[in-house]
Formats: sequence, structure tokens, C-alpha cells
Amino acid sequence: MADSDIKALTEALPGESFETTAFTTPRPLATATVAIVTTASLHHPDQDDFEVMDTGYRVLDGNRRDYVTGHWSPNFDGSGFAYDMNTVFPLDRLDELAERGVIGRVADQHLAYAGNQFDLSAIRIDSGPAGAKFLQDQGVDVVLLTPV
Amino acid sequence: MSTLAHVFEAEGIATVALGSIRKQIEGSAPPRGLWCDFPLGRPLGKPGDPEFQHRVLDVAFALLNSTEPVLAEFDESIPDDGDEMLSCPLPPRHDPDDHPAIDEARGLLPAYLRGVEMSDGRFGAGRVVAADDIPAAIEAFIRVSEGTPWAEAGIPGLPMRVSHDIRSYYETSALAMVDHAPVAWASTRWFLDQTETGKVMMTARQAMQDQDAPQPMWFYLTPGDR
Repeated sequence: MADSDIKALTEALPGESFETTAFTTPRPLATATVAIVTTASLHHPDQDDFEVMDTGYRVLDGNRRDYVTGHWSPNFDGSGFAYDMNTVFPLDRLDELAERGVIGRVADQHLAYAGNQFDLSAIRIDSGPAGAKFLQDQGVDVVLLTPV
Repeated sequence: MSTLAHVFEAEGIATVALGSIRKQIEGSAPPRGLWCDFPLGRPLGKPGDPEFQHRVLDVAFALLNSTEPVLAEFDESIPDDGDEMLSCPLPPRHDPDDHPAIDEARGLLPAYLRGVEMSDGRFGAGRVVAADDIPAAIEAFIRVSEGTPWAEAGIPGLPMRVSHDIRSYYETSALAMVDHAPVAWASTRWFLDQTETGKVMMTARQAMQDQDAPQPMWFYLTPGDR
């Protein structure tokens, strides 16, 4: 069993295609509010777990550290996240960058979706735009997207 | 994930997307993408290594200076050749009347509880099967491996979900018994190839396939390449 074998199984899965690539020019990073959006299905223990093919998102409180993975796929290594949450959700690293003035501030709230979706249309037209609006309402300028 | 990048950018938020699978990030073409040849499940590369994680973030955030869509490649790979297995002790036999897998799982409970504490419960059992009920769940898969039709074996939930909790129980236990961050997949290989329960799960998976169980019911009991 090797990581490359598992990647080979999934690399050919079709993704969504976009006719044009939207492109937003951000404000300087040193003044920007940065959030993490992960597709690792993270959630707090008191939130609903992710269902298979769950296209919704969970709001992650940046002041907590009790994140659990809700991903059902066996096709990723879970031990890295178990050992150090920053392997997937680098919130401590963002806090350090904010302390050093590299980024303006870290958002108070972040988002998690479930990756490994076969039908992305609901995320594209519904929960994706809703998540973007949620982040904009928090003043987020830049999003770091992390997979699992 | 790249879909979210496209959507967020269209809504006015700048994004940087990390990707672990080259063909996927190339095909989905997020506005700013950084391909990192790291194991699946480790997008920042190295657990417990803040310096390395910062290096990834520095490269990622530098892409925000680009004035047009960009796909870059991180300059260091973390290959997994599939040959490194966790060196981890297993509990000695306690009750010779129990199936070895059941005895083993019961013996791992103290390590599991330590592992949950160490990892703040990020990757443990309990999503469908509580830790105390893991031996009973394993017993159901033993019945499948011994020929009971899978739908009649008393698996306490969807097989892939129950299997997830069993594997997480073992891998969390392993985390407590080593003093370092495991190499990616090393604890999964240890579970599947070294433990009694791993052998049961592999046998049960084959039995379910032979019983013509629906493919998702058996395929997702283990990583897909097994």
C-alpha cells in the first residue's frame, strides 16, 4: 500500500470545469484578514457530523481547538492530523504569521466542507456562495484552502 | 476544493489552494494553486514541524502577488513508497478463550484512551461505534470472515463507517505507543498487516466481495488500493 497508488485511483476523477477563471486581487497580505477553508470535513464535537456526500459546511471557531475530522473516506492518512492539527488546519501557524505582522489578522471563524464529492453542483451554486458570503460578512479578504 | 476557490474568487475573496494530487489541481485549475507532493491527509506536509509548515505557507501566500492565475509547485516532495511500517507493540494474549482480535482490541483500550487525550480526540472511534463497543463490532466482522452473510452478521451500522471507527481506534492507540509523528500511512499499514483485527477486516472485505455485497459496502472497508 502506497500513497502514490491511492492518488492514482483518484487522480482521474472528473472535477468541475469553469469556462473562465474568476480572479480577485487582494489587499496587501499585511493588512488582510485571512481564513482557512478546509475540505477535511472538520467540525466541533457538538456540531453535526458530516454525512456521506454532505454538501454543507460547518463553521469552525478559531478560539477553540477541539476539531475532529468527519471525513469518511479511508483514502487519506489520518495520523498526521491526529498528531498535529496544523498538518491540515494550520491555525497556529496563521496566528504566528499575524503576530509577526505577515498577515493582518486571522479570522475569528473558518469553514469546513466535505471533500471527495462526486457531484459538486450543490457546492457550486448553493453552499459555496453561502460560505463566501458568510466569510465576507466576517471581513475576510483571503482564504487558504486546504484539502485532506 | 478547487471548486470552492473558483466560487470564492467570483464572490470577491482571494484564494490560495493547496493540492496534493497533481492531475487534479492541474485539471481543476484554481486561480492560485500550489501543488505539494505530500501524502494524502497531510497538505502542510510534516506534522509537528512548524518550520516546514511555515515554508509551505510562505510559498502559498507569495502566490497572492501574482496578477494572473497561477499554478506553482512546492520545491520539496515527501514521497511514500509504501514500505515503512510503524513499529508498535501489541498487547499480550489475556483471555485465550476470546478470538485473538477481540482480545487484542480489549488490550489496546488503555493505549487508545491515552491516544485520545494526546490527540484531543481528533481522529478516534465513536462516530458510530463507541470505544467500549469496538470489540463487539470486530466480532461482527469475524462472523463475516467465517462465512456469515454480511447483512446478517450484526455489523452495527454501515460497514464502511464501522470499519472507520475500528481503524481509528487502532491508529489512535498506536499514536500513544510511539514517541514521534508516524510516517504517513505507517499506522494504517501496521493496522492492516500486523494486527489480528486488520487480518479480520481484510478477510471480511474479501468475503463480502465474494458474497456479491454492493461494491461500496466492502470496497471502503480499507484504503482503495488494498
